Amino acid sequence: MKVALFIPCYVDQFYPNVGVATLQLLEKLGVDVVFPIKQTCCGQPMANGGCEQDSKGVYEHFVATFSEFDYIVTPSGSCTYHIKKHYDIIEQTPAVQKVRKSIYELVDFIENVLKIEEIPNSFPHKVGLHLSCHGQRGLRQANASEITGVRDGQISKLLRKLKGIELSELNRNDECCGFGGMFCVTEEAVSARMGQDRIADHLCNGTKVLTGGDVSCLMHLEGIVKRQNAPIKVMHIAEILNGNQP
Amino acid sequence: MNHPDHPELAEAFNKDFERTTWHDETLWFVRQKRDKAVYPIPEFQDLRTLASEIKDHTLSNLDNYLIEFEQNAIKNGVKVHWAADAVEHNQIVMEIIKNSCKVEGRNPRLVKSKSMLTEECHLNDFLEKNNIDVVDTDLGERIVQFRNEPPSHIVLPAIHLKKEDVGETFYEHLGTAKGEKDPQILTEAARQHLRGKFVAADVALTGVNFAIAETGSFVVCTNEGNADLGVNLAKVHIACMGIEKIIPDLHHLSVYTRLLARSATGQPVTTYTSHFTKPVEGKEMHIVIVDNGRTQQLGRADFRASLKCIRCGACMNTCPVYRRSGGHSYDFTVPGPIGAILSPNIDLHKHKSLPFASTLCGSCSDVCPVKIDIHVQLYKWRQIVGKANELPAAKKWGMKGMAKVLSMPKVYDLSGKLARGALRILPHGLTHNQSMNPWAKARELPDAPKQSFKEWYEENRQ
Repeated sequence: MKVALFIPCYVDQFYPNVGVATLQLLEKLGVDVVFPIKQTCCGQPMANGGCEQDSKGVYEHFVATFSEFDYIVTPSGSCTYHIKKHYDIIEQTPAVQKVRKSIYELVDFIENVLKIEEIPNSFPHKVGLHLSCHGQRGLRQANASEITGVRDGQISKLLRKLKGIELSELNRNDECCGFGGMFCVTEEAVSARMGQDRIADHLCNGTKVLTGGDVSCLMHLEGIVKRQNAPIKVMHIAEILNGNQP
Repeated sequence: MNHPDHPELAEAFNKDFERTTWHDETLWFVRQKRDKAVYPIPEFQDLRTLASEIKDHTLSNLDNYLIEFEQNAIKNGVKVHWAADAVEHNQIVMEIIKNSCKVEGRNPRLVKSKSMLTEECHLNDFLEKNNIDVVDTDLGERIVQFRNEPPSHIVLPAIHLKKEDVGETFYEHLGTAKGEKDPQILTEAARQHLRGKFVAADVALTGVNFAIAETGSFVVCTNEGNADLGVNLAKVHIACMGIEKIIPDLHHLSVYTRLLARSATGQPVTTYTSHFTKPVEGKEMHIVIVDNGRTQQLGRADFRASLKCIRCGACMNTCPVYRRSGGHSYDFTVPGPIGAILSPNIDLHKHKSLPFASTLCGSCSDVCPVKIDIHVQLYKWRQIVGKANELPAAKKWGMKGMAKVLSMPKVYDLSGKLARGALRILPHGLTHNQSMNPWAKARELPDAPKQSFKEWYEENRQ
């Protein structure tokens, strides 16, 4: 099984620790994983901005970098969703089709490819889970409140099994944080307000550590936490599962 | 001509923090009511699928069903009119009113129940300019009519107003006491006022929720009974419908009546679900069937599913952006996510910011009772806006530059290193300058690390 690690551009540049945690976690789980050094980005930022035609070169570069692998694992539901869903505008060569099929979000890979249901770590903290929309509704990694009242999903399943952990019950279980790519600056007022409202929900329900599957959402939420000096530590799910402590 | 775009209007809306909180919570309450009405129905998701498929079938055979509907309506004694656009629609409605109401010394009087189509066609303005008195009889619609505002929501037209605002409006227009804000007293004042209008009306106009091809009849859903009161008292009934309101037969109707009110307000069914088939003896019934851009949308493969919409408003109630920017920030008859995919079809230039007024969270698509892939269509409209050269120049060229950098690994590595270096060296006041960096208005930037992951990997694993 040839497994490649894809670290999204903004994680590579601003959250290298999340990349390190993802790599270490996969290694601990016995995966022989390599990081193709020529990788850059999945092309989503331009495409969501209405310029998917400009992204074609980035898509092709991504496919060239990753098509030799059986699995591509990334700590991002959003990039995974983009590659699966939006790489339909380039010619569907066998390589393109293979990449679209073999890209996995980290937790999805752990549960559904490695078939691991429990990670024997301890994390004795009150944790608030932010469900990122592209993982939740895009990849169906968690139930959506529009469809069912049952709150369940891949990330919460693994989190619940950590020793000593307590999960916050939020007033709004799956409301978007307001990051939204370019949206966070083009619609700054609404974006900031959405993020502030998410943080308020976590604060009033006792969250001490805020986590999620997408660094982009967490970067936005952490920006608000820091501006407000709120008593919340933000960690990516890979860091928690890797055994890092706040 | 430059129109204020969604970000500008949304920013203005957000200036009032408390009111934004109130607006968000009010609509979220409606979304929660919807959830409570939906969760106990085990077949609800199957109903959505069925509703979506019935609409798919109908839209693919729209020409046949429209003709079948027309023939059956004519057999029922109804007069059927066809309007290609808003101008024709308004002209037809005016002529029906003027022909059927020839009284000396006063204007003809029209009472209307809620119809988003007539809002879309700006019918009220047109009729008033042509000396016809128009009264909207839905309570929310009457409130915004008094205030000279468009509705801010398709089901809850005055949801942007608090009871204090309504009290002020009624003080001015209905003579209620200054400062009166008791909902019961205000509603009673509106009832008394509207009773007089119903009794005096010459013509009643309604919208159409569903038109049934097999029977030539149509269904109007209201909670206030205002459509029925208007229609039963006036001599003439005009019903205005878009071509997409057709469904094949009454069995199909039962699917939609189960979905509509649950999705809209969390009620099991609307208080009034009234079927209209033929005029009472001595009275007239007219149906005006309107295209106004719908066939153009039907011809767009990626966007035709938007015509499945049954106007429940659930996508507005669920949309975290709508709840925090208000219906008027969309500057289109139908606001919210569904409006953002309908409006570019009408005027791409004017509404170019609407497909971007979304985080693409997908909640709208999951809540939609007819399973319109709204967030997918938002993404696709963005590409059309981009191709039509309607993006701001800075964004367009920024994107092109970014795409180049991200397709060349060495250039990407170097740019990242330089940017992080700059962020570490430059003073906080400069990197967080709010006029240059909108991110920094409410957020801190992430710390710029010395080493990228790639640099760490090269040092530690290779």
